Amino acid sequence: MNLIVNGKQTYVTDDLTVGRLLTEKNVKMPEMVSVELNGRILRRADFEETTLKEDDKVEFLYFMGGGRVTD
Amino acid sequence: MSLTEQQIDRYSRHIILQQVGGLGQEKLLASRVLIVGAGGLGAPAAMYLAAAGVGTIGIVDADKVDLSNLQRQIIHHTDDVGTDKVVSAQAKIRAINPDTQVRTYPQRAVADNIREMIREYDFVIDGTDNFPAKFLVNDACYFEKIPFSHAGILQFDGQLITVVPGESACYRCIFNAPPPANAVPSCSQAGVLGVLAGVIGSLQATEAIKYLLGIGDLLTDTLLTYNALTMTFRKVRLARNPSCRLCGQNPQMTELKDEQQAVCDLKSCKC
Repeated sequence: MNLIVNGKQTYVTDDLTVGRLLTEKNVKMPEMVSVELNGRILRRADFEETTLKEDDKVEFLYFMGGGRVTD
Repeated sequence: MSLTEQQIDRYSRHIILQQVGGLGQEKLLASRVLIVGAGGLGAPAAMYLAAAGVGTIGIVDADKVDLSNLQRQIIHHTDDVGTDKVVSAQAKIRAINPDTQVRTYPQRAVADNIREMIREYDFVIDGTDNFPAKFLVNDACYFEKIPFSHAGILQFDGQLITVVPGESACYRCIFNAPPPANAVPSCSQAGVLGVLAGVIGSLQATEAIKYLLGIGDLLTDTLLTYNALTMTFRKVRLARNPSCRLCGQNPQMTELKDEQQAVCDLKSCKC
């Protein structure tokens, strides 16, 4: 299915969870990332239970300043 | 207040802007901005706000200038190494513009002192270098209802958001709490392109000036991200988080607390 991840069209396998997407996108330290799904910040506890749907818009928001872990 | 001949000359490029004008310039001269952290972000912000004629600039920083700061903290010069950052910053601001009054706070911002500091100001710039301080600025500004610009930088990436407490998404709406210990490298560990601090700190100053003048669209409910390598700016639209611990529907935070320091040595780093 198609997703828009950080503004870019991305093709992923169906029935992917948010937690799994973080792994697939090689986010090395997911604890450093907040996830916005279709305009709403997702609770970290819900990452594994939230299954993505076609055309979902996902934003990985990085802790910074401090820092961002290079992904 | 009316502008002197010298001020009309000094601020002429502002005054001829329709959105600023003489009245706008007078507003800036009557405005007060607090900059928390006289480092990479705070340095350009302080210098541009001083040049713009912001009447009062407060600077909070407990550190002394270190040689490793000079690559990006342009308000501090080689001769300033070893000097208190607030003293160094004050001298440069005075040299840039004698119209600007500088108030210095040579101390670390903590839960016990920050509210008294920020309530004297119209706008706050978060130029801090660590997560507990960033949460502290966010929370204190929320409790005191003072708008502020949050920013962070690392390596070649930067981001900023403007928060109008109670009206737009706050830092805790996005990030619930500081990251776990050692999960994030600080600038001193991970490096930062010096000029990146100039870009992001200058954008923070832009937001402050727009807020003070009441012009344009603020970066409220919007995280602006920037990557220097790809020269890409992106706006990520955000909304207030109903489950935010601070400003959500059932807030769990009712008083200001210091978060635990969760990152490594930051002594030599002002991002």
